Amino acid sequence: MSVTLVKERYSSKVGEVVLGATSDQGGTRTSTVTVGGDSTLPFLHFEGEMQNRPVIAMEVNDIVPSWNDTIKAQFGDTLSNPAAWAKKCVDEYGADLVYLKLIGADPEGENRSPEDCARIVKEVLSAVGVPLIVAGCDDDEKNNEIMAAIAEAATGENLLLGLAEQDNYKSIAAAAMVHKHTLIARSPLDINICKQLNILINEMGLPLNKIVIDPMIGGLGFGIEYAYSIMERARLGALANDKMLSMPMICTVGYEANRCKEANASVDEFPGWGDLQDRGVLWEAITASAMLQVGASILVMRNPAAVSLVKKNIADLMSK
Amino acid sequence: MLIFGERINGMFTDIGDALRNKDPKPLQYWAVKQQEGGAHYLDVNSGPAIPTEERVAAYEWMVNVIQEVSDLPLVLDSTNYNAIEAGLKVCKRPAIINSCPAEQVKIERVFPMAIQYNAGVIGLTMDKKGIPKDAENRVAFAMELVAAADEYGLRMEDLFIDPLILPVNVAQEHAPEVLESLRQVKMLANPAPRTVLGLSNVSQKSPDRNLINRTYLAMAIASGLDAAIMDANDDDLVDVAATAQILLNKSIYADSYLKVFRSR
Repeated sequence: MSVTLVKERYSSKVGEVVLGATSDQGGTRTSTVTVGGDSTLPFLHFEGEMQNRPVIAMEVNDIVPSWNDTIKAQFGDTLSNPAAWAKKCVDEYGADLVYLKLIGADPEGENRSPEDCARIVKEVLSAVGVPLIVAGCDDDEKNNEIMAAIAEAATGENLLLGLAEQDNYKSIAAAAMVHKHTLIARSPLDINICKQLNILINEMGLPLNKIVIDPMIGGLGFGIEYAYSIMERARLGALANDKMLSMPMICTVGYEANRCKEANASVDEFPGWGDLQDRGVLWEAITASAMLQVGASILVMRNPAAVSLVKKNIADLMSK
Repeated sequence: MLIFGERINGMFTDIGDALRNKDPKPLQYWAVKQQEGGAHYLDVNSGPAIPTEERVAAYEWMVNVIQEVSDLPLVLDSTNYNAIEAGLKVCKRPAIINSCPAEQVKIERVFPMAIQYNAGVIGLTMDKKGIPKDAENRVAFAMELVAAADEYGLRMEDLFIDPLILPVNVAQEHAPEVLESLRQVKMLANPAPRTVLGLSNVSQKSPDRNLINRTYLAMAIASGLDAAIMDANDDDLVDVAATAQILLNKSIYADSYLKVFRSR
């Protein structure tokens, strides 16, 4: 009795999104990164194609972050210099993309001006050749101001700009459209809002291949399963030809994993949890690996040791 | 839920006249208009307007003029299989043959043709003796069509079983039997064949046709209907198809779901 391999046939695939632009395309990146294009569930190479491997964006902040020392130690004194920090991520740790988070723009904090933010983006652009993801602070109004300035200052670079949300998407979508950038559409763990937001952005005129979904994941042990099932559902939707859910997905793994207590508490405090060094790395790496299994295309990560583990995981999963 | 636009049919005066005068405009007008309304396929039927001996040429012409203005795939609707074959030869996208009853002679003509042209088949749950009254006999005919698909190598998803709805004012007892047939047809194979209805039949010569059509459409979709030959420009009816899709969790909800259903 022979065994027939059961292969699912899907009517559609995840859309492809290109990030960055080289000099031919009006930018200054040394190469572009393409994500999406998958015509199967993650890594099921026997029934479809994983056109592009998932990529890792390493997080860089415009101010010295309040991360735990085990992570900070790996970046040394570059933490106070976004350009040097980004360069280290790319040259030393092999980041595919740089995720620049402009926490310093926060009116409650440094209150950095839009011009200042744009200058930092330009500095990072000259320091590295990989495409850039730029996200703002926690203040919506301020973000709209800085993103308009950044989008204009980096015209042609095809940045991935964040974040458009259901009640605040118009000005950033307009900035992305006018200056030809790509946009992150973030929804609060809700597939219906996720779909509706993509529709609203698309109705403004931004093409579907200029949108990336951020499902707003939870870290390991803190709601990761909700993100997991939502992402799986979006992926199945994309494969079944739901165009409004067919965008590649970005996951803020580093932020979510590293705000869990388990990624920060020392072994003295919780002897049963074991050594913090390994635990912290694995907390982030496992969060990332779970997201890979449900179709994450871009993983935003922090800890270089976790990045290196996940890079190996991706390479293994991509080998046929 | 697939909408097969019913309007390009020689039974309608404007299409009948267009066919007689070889005027492509009314066909093209309705092709575009039905596509805008939400049609996924366009049904093409010459009706009695064209004499039998001219049907082959007529179908070829109809397919060509429609394809000049629309990319939608076609449902070739005729009892004249030579005419359907002439149409299939010029179809740019995989079409659907409408239709084939559960009669051996016709199955032998239609199923190999479907395979040859990569087309789907609408299989009618009837034979020479006519349309059965109850669900049991409808399903028995459906089983014969499923077996034929298996025998000729037609993919089950390309077989559309039509359990044949009749006008509710004169054949009321058929309506529930058709719903039951839709439910049972889904259990005949795995993957299951798809199902289709000539929806507007249910309301022939009744008042408030639109109300009857859309109520029955919702009931039929809940019973397993995958496609309907229907009025793609009845907005309320298309809204029902879109909403049923959402309520059966077949398409992910978004506030603009009515719009999404019509966009492609």
